[in-house]
Amino acid sequence: MNRRTFLAAAGGVLAARPAAAQAPPTRAETLLIVQEYGPNSLDMQGIGAAQPVNGVSLNCYDRLVRFKRTTLPDGTLSYDLTQLEPELAESWQTASDGMSVTFKLRDAVFHSGRSVTAKDVKWSLDRAVSIGGFATTQMNAGSMEKPEQFVAVDDRTFRIDFLRRDKLLMPNLGVTIPFVFDSELAQKNAAGDPWAKEYLKNNVAGGGAYRVESWKPGNETIYTRFDDWRSGPLPRMRRVIARDIPSPSTRRALIERGDADMSYGLPPKDFKDLADAGKIKVSGVPIPNAIWYVAMNTQVGPFADKRLRQAVAFALPYDKIMQAALFGRGLPMWGAKESPAGEKWPQPYPYATDMDRARKLVAEAGGGFTTNLLFDAGSGTIAEPMSVLVKESLGAIGINVEIQKIPGANFRGELMKKTAPMVINRFGGWLDWPDYFFFWNLHSSNAIFNTSNYQNKDMDKLIDGARFTQDAAEYARDVQGFLAKAMDEVPFIPVCQPLHDVAMQKGIGGYQFWPCREPDFRSLTKA
Amino acid sequence: MRAVLSRLAGTLPALAGVVLFTFVLTRVLPGDTAAYFAGPTASADAIEQIRHSLGLDRPLTEQFFGYVAALARGDMGMSLTTGQPVLRDLAARLPASAELTLAGLLLAVGVAVPLGIVAAVRQGSAWDHLCRVVVTAGVSLPVFFTGLLLVYVFYFLLGWAPAPVGRLDAYATAPPTVTGLFLVDAVLARDWDGFRGALAQLVLPACTLGLFALAPIARITRASMLAVLGADFVRTARASGLSTGTVVLRYAFRNALLPVVTTLGMVFSFLLGANVLVEKVFAWPGVGSYAVEALIASDYAPVQGFVLTMAVLYVALNLGIDLLLRALDPRVRTA
Repeated sequence: MNRRTFLAAAGGVLAARPAAAQAPPTRAETLLIVQEYGPNSLDMQGIGAAQPVNGVSLNCYDRLVRFKRTTLPDGTLSYDLTQLEPELAESWQTASDGMSVTFKLRDAVFHSGRSVTAKDVKWSLDRAVSIGGFATTQMNAGSMEKPEQFVAVDDRTFRIDFLRRDKLLMPNLGVTIPFVFDSELAQKNAAGDPWAKEYLKNNVAGGGAYRVESWKPGNETIYTRFDDWRSGPLPRMRRVIARDIPSPSTRRALIERGDADMSYGLPPKDFKDLADAGKIKVSGVPIPNAIWYVAMNTQVGPFADKRLRQAVAFALPYDKIMQAALFGRGLPMWGAKESPAGEKWPQPYPYATDMDRARKLVAEAGGGFTTNLLFDAGSGTIAEPMSVLVKESLGAIGINVEIQKIPGANFRGELMKKTAPMVINRFGGWLDWPDYFFFWNLHSSNAIFNTSNYQNKDMDKLIDGARFTQDAAEYARDVQGFLAKAMDEVPFIPVCQPLHDVAMQKGIGGYQFWPCREPDFRSLTKA
Repeated sequence: MRAVLSRLAGTLPALAGVVLFTFVLTRVLPGDTAAYFAGPTASADAIEQIRHSLGLDRPLTEQFFGYVAALARGDMGMSLTTGQPVLRDLAARLPASAELTLAGLLLAVGVAVPLGIVAAVRQGSAWDHLCRVVVTAGVSLPVFFTGLLLVYVFYFLLGWAPAPVGRLDAYATAPPTVTGLFLVDAVLARDWDGFRGALAQLVLPACTLGLFALAPIARITRASMLAVLGADFVRTARASGLSTGTVVLRYAFRNALLPVVTTLGMVFSFLLGANVLVEKVFAWPGVGSYAVEALIASDYAPVQGFVLTMAVLYVALNLGIDLLLRALDPRVRTA
């Protein structure tokens, strides 16, 4: 029974009364989600916000625009980054010179009851580009760099001036960073801080479809529907309880017994078992722009020699890794015939397990040696069996691998040093363009994710060309150019594109996958 | 009274040592907090910014004195993993751990002490062997294994136990906080449904913990009872024709109690911090899992706060046990 039928059943008197007088949410209107860990803040723009905070941004705040929903073959809702739909903005128009975009805001209200104005949008985006840390980095990725770019024309009209034409600017407005705060409420409670960091970390000041009813960090977050939400159809779930259950075995037991409606973050083996058993619905969406890879240091150590990197690419036991580490929850990224096939990314590399060729390449490069392989202990469920398989296979071609499991906090430090000869890691970019991926991973500006410490001026030229060109043919040429170069030089070897798996009861519908990967309560239904 | 005060004074250097030690230890351990919290796609600049805002770019001595000054004000710093003040986190989580540990310990005592006594009185009997088996099992079964096994059998297969989702069912509300122990608070609020709910959630984790705590208590009880039962005064008591019950419980057990109580104190303070795995399996929001998560993230403040709190608790507990021993045994009082 959903809210509408319930209200109809309860009679017209009740239906006509305001939301506050409604009966408390029934079990059918309440959703129980179990996850490994919950938000460590309620402010996704704040420094140190963890992955689950994306969910708070998604459900408790609105953005100007959202990505158009698409339906995958298994019924899961996904999205199209290139097509935008209105959220807070009713409509928008790019200027004739192509150097600004003007938004008309809808008549929406914040949880406080105040109307949303262009001033709030400006304050929120100013904050995102000024606050530093991840939020600012993400804004910069779409060429939004300074507050002067954001103009509140009047109460309901808002303009963004472009610094340069950047195809990532508009899509970047749909991610979980440029969301809109109730700026008056935030500033009133700011206690002298221009960006009210402390207040917004602990309080939601927005106008999204849900409010946070209670937040116990490390334990539980409870969301309740904001009945006056106007940026989309009223959500069916009136209350959502997200419990933090650290043990994956317990999370699996809860979903299998039917006590939890949805379970996030199980090991791939559990998802495979659940999917095979068929009692629970498992939605596995290939994560756009994400791969598991083995990177090799192209500047220092043995893998500065291209032949050795290729040898490793021929020696990886791809099939075994897929079966024993990922339990099939991914798409293979090896064994391509030609190189490269179009501008699609991720796409398979033209390597497959061929030990003879690998041996020959090692012999040409001067024979075997001993080296180190690093991975993040936090992703050990997959990276650990993977590294053992890599070690075993490389042992057969004379490369003796010593495995180093690095605890989470140290792993970033190790990556920054750029000295590790071999690293197993996973990278995912929110914005699904190959040039975006390659910019982070192989550009010589050497971001932390350039794990292979790759520096090549020709490569930079191709990546930059693809990032800023307006011409489709030029774009295709540059993308194919850097793909071909990466396939030949193999600074990193893609192994698979992982699936983002979520297990849910059969009665749960409307599951929506977004780039931030957190659940969107707004579209969920429960039978 | 003076004895108590001098004992308290004696603990001060230990506490100061703990403060210094944890500070140095968390700084010496490898791991870059700023890089961890900068998140994906962070530039070197962004990481530096975070390092600065966390004060991690200042000299160590300055950081240390800042830490001590803050401690004196009762400020243990902020946790980056939960985003809350450490003091508030610990205050919210300590009752959960205490309730679980107390329940586990009570259960363990309830089983282990009688078992130890019977095993000692009937040495070599079936009871003695049972005691040995239970003790060996308790020590050798890893806690997470027992926990998962209990969840599997009693929740997953039989469905007798409630869903292991923490201290309360997801749809239930907590009783108004007085002590933080849900069972006690529910009784105070006369909320019998809440009491039943909290108790049902507590049974499996408490059994898991109890099984683990059983071993040392049962063994000490047995050993200490054996020693006392062989003593002259017990033989005298028996020769005087006193009943077995009186001899065992009044004379022997009371004398055997000293090492048992000392062990209890140690087991309690040990369990309080060490039941991380039970907390993980049962999603119990206690201090152990809190500290471990913070440690993995190189989040210094909660780790220091945790160690310090445990040290204070340990000291307080030892003091309490000393006082209890004085009450139990006149010899301690006069010594």
